[in-house]
Amino acid sequence: MRKRQLRFAAAGALLALGVAACGGSSGGTSTGGNGSGGSAAPGVTATTVTIGSTQPLSGPAAPGYSEISQASDAYFRYINDNGGINGRKIIYKYLDDGYNPTQTVAQTRKLVEQDNVFAIFNALGTPTHEKVVGYLNQKKVPDLFVASGCLCWNDVSAHPYTFGWQPDYTVEGKILGAYIKKNFAGKRIAYFYQNDDFGLDGVKGLDMEIPKSQVVARQSYEPTNTDLSSQVQKIQAAKADLVVSFSIPAFTAILKLKMLQARYNPQLAVSNVGSDPITLSNLLKGIAAKAGATVNGTQLMQGIITDGYLSSPADNDSWIKLFQKVRAKYLKKLPLDGNVEYGMAAAYTFAQALKAAGQDPTRESLVKAVESGLAQGPGIVPFRYSSSDHAGFGGVQIGVIRGTAIHFVGKPQTTDDGSGAIQTYTQSQPPAPANGIPS
Amino acid sequence: MRGLLRSNLVRHTLLALVGIGLLWLLISALPGYRSSNQIAPIAYTVCAAAGLSVLVGQSGQISLGHGAFMAVGAYTMALLQEHWVTGHSNLQLVGLLAASVVVSALFGAVVGVAAARLRGPYLAGVTLALALGLPTLASYDRLSGTLGGSSGLTVLPPVSPAGIDDSRWQAFICCVAAVIVLWFLANISRSRVGRSFRAVRDDEIAASLAGLSVARVQVLAFVLSAGCAGLGGALLAMLSLTAGPLAFQLSLSFALLAAVVFGGLGSLAGAVYGSILIVLLPQWSQDLASALSIGSAKISNNIPLMVYGVVLALAMLAAPNGLHGLLRQLARAATGRRPVRKLTSRPMEGT
Repeated sequence: MRKRQLRFAAAGALLALGVAACGGSSGGTSTGGNGSGGSAAPGVTATTVTIGSTQPLSGPAAPGYSEISQASDAYFRYINDNGGINGRKIIYKYLDDGYNPTQTVAQTRKLVEQDNVFAIFNALGTPTHEKVVGYLNQKKVPDLFVASGCLCWNDVSAHPYTFGWQPDYTVEGKILGAYIKKNFAGKRIAYFYQNDDFGLDGVKGLDMEIPKSQVVARQSYEPTNTDLSSQVQKIQAAKADLVVSFSIPAFTAILKLKMLQARYNPQLAVSNVGSDPITLSNLLKGIAAKAGATVNGTQLMQGIITDGYLSSPADNDSWIKLFQKVRAKYLKKLPLDGNVEYGMAAAYTFAQALKAAGQDPTRESLVKAVESGLAQGPGIVPFRYSSSDHAGFGGVQIGVIRGTAIHFVGKPQTTDDGSGAIQTYTQSQPPAPANGIPS
Repeated sequence: MRGLLRSNLVRHTLLALVGIGLLWLLISALPGYRSSNQIAPIAYTVCAAAGLSVLVGQSGQISLGHGAFMAVGAYTMALLQEHWVTGHSNLQLVGLLAASVVVSALFGAVVGVAAARLRGPYLAGVTLALALGLPTLASYDRLSGTLGGSSGLTVLPPVSPAGIDDSRWQAFICCVAAVIVLWFLANISRSRVGRSFRAVRDDEIAASLAGLSVARVQVLAFVLSAGCAGLGGALLAMLSLTAGPLAFQLSLSFALLAAVVFGGLGSLAGAVYGSILIVLLPQWSQDLASALSIGSAKISNNIPLMVYGVVLALAMLAAPNGLHGLLRQLARAATGRRPVRKLTSRPMEGT
């Protein structure tokens, strides 16, 4: 009988040992952070600021989006090589969550409790980040510029530390909806959207503008199921002339290819999130090739209606020149597509906020800095940030895919996520600072 | 006193209490993130792996789909919390966990009835299909509203007592649950039920000649095992704040089986070793990959899987009876004594 006891005890001891052993190996990193710097904030030293993020480096959202964090990192390295922000280098730790909410929770906890980051920056994904927003606010960790246009980030009383960045999907849906209503009057319209707050917020905006009688089909998809046969069949059966899609890039591509297969060619309108031309072109080609078909991706996406809120690479203005310069030095392997521009622009906004947070930034001063408002930077419309509004860019401009870029039409427009009117924004965008570092 | 200690129940209870005390000391001594990212995952994995170990090693049945039972537990917890239970006290949590155990045990009974008619590869196939199919129900059109689609349902954690941080408290809850599961299964293994499991495993005909209902014994094993897995799943949901299909992919079921095989089939201590391995090994190899700063995500993401496979293959070569078998062998060599009895199983036939 005694052996049994021993065995039980041995199991317990091993459990203790196993965990304690790894306690010895890397426990040192968790105490780092608030050493000799003038600031007592976690993750800030005299020479560095460490920030973290969860990103889909693998999984269904990885095509396209996995470039974003690399681009942000490239921009931070550019800033660091040019003196940093207030003399501090920005260290950017981004971890893969595979667009899987369960992973997001574990990785975010790791960043906050183990890596002791100063702030979470540009964590990507609606379904993923929704699971940690409560945790981050409870821990009072600034949660800046979530890479998702969900309305859920703009809730100042529940989530005082969380800020959106890109235009929210309802704002985008409204402006896209208004354009469709005006230009496709009387046509049959179908909605195709991701079945979560990303898609539903977008549909909410579309429904505010497009008359219900014109909507002949509403089909949703789950990002875990790549078979869209049933959805495409139903949209085709409803004889839609135009399909509006709130989808991530891979699903925009699958939708287009499924429709091609069904010899069905309605006009497509796609949310900015799922319409980056270079990503889309590669995905169309890649997915078709896996199924044994050859298509011309670039040709297939011509004429897709979409929208944007950053300088278009087609315009080649001072911002695009700046991003090209950084890309050529720090991110040679990728072209300047929408994802790379997105990552660099978000990094620029973070640098603005950090600069404004003062010589010795604290988590509170960082939040205050964003609430005091930030210059629009690479955006073509201003930010909405204030102490009562934590949403990012306040509008978009409609564009059409031509070649491998989005060509803007008309003027940028702004609105809110409620019943506010859509207004044309006429002021021109301030140029980029010569050295590319916010002052 | 000595007489009392001879009772399995008393001895196991004392050990369990000591174990809970030691685990609490461990949790309070280590930094909080270790609680949430290592201790708690090990603990909920132990719940599921220990149940699986009894099923496979003692009752001689196979399940390649234990992740599905965990999913049932997780979704039970999430749905109850969403629709019927308001508030997040620890007492309510106990109720939710108990309900998850009951529901997944019932589900286990249904699967068990089918399992009792199937043998070897057929049973493996059915349970495999279960692990593949069940999580996709969440994305099925008519159910996705209720089950939250692929992003899953939100689960809210219990309120932790003042002065104890959430990570530690949640890890402690997981540890208590794991110890209770081990205590329960240890008693079962030593009881008539456990003996009937092993009798059925070793020779079904002999067992039925001895008056055992083979099918009933097999179903019972599935019920117990599914209940434990359901508890593990509910704890996973509590910890990850989500009950979603992506948490219960096929890889989870395989990892559980790997834990059991690595630790030693049928041994509860082995289930603990195995769980430690399957939780920590991927984390270590990921840290290794990032420490080596391998640029491409495609490579660094796959390193954990590779290390995992290599370690398991080596373990199987070096210790075919699992880590627990190896330790016993070493102990035997050291003391020069023969083993008193054989609780762990021989390798299964037909699978």
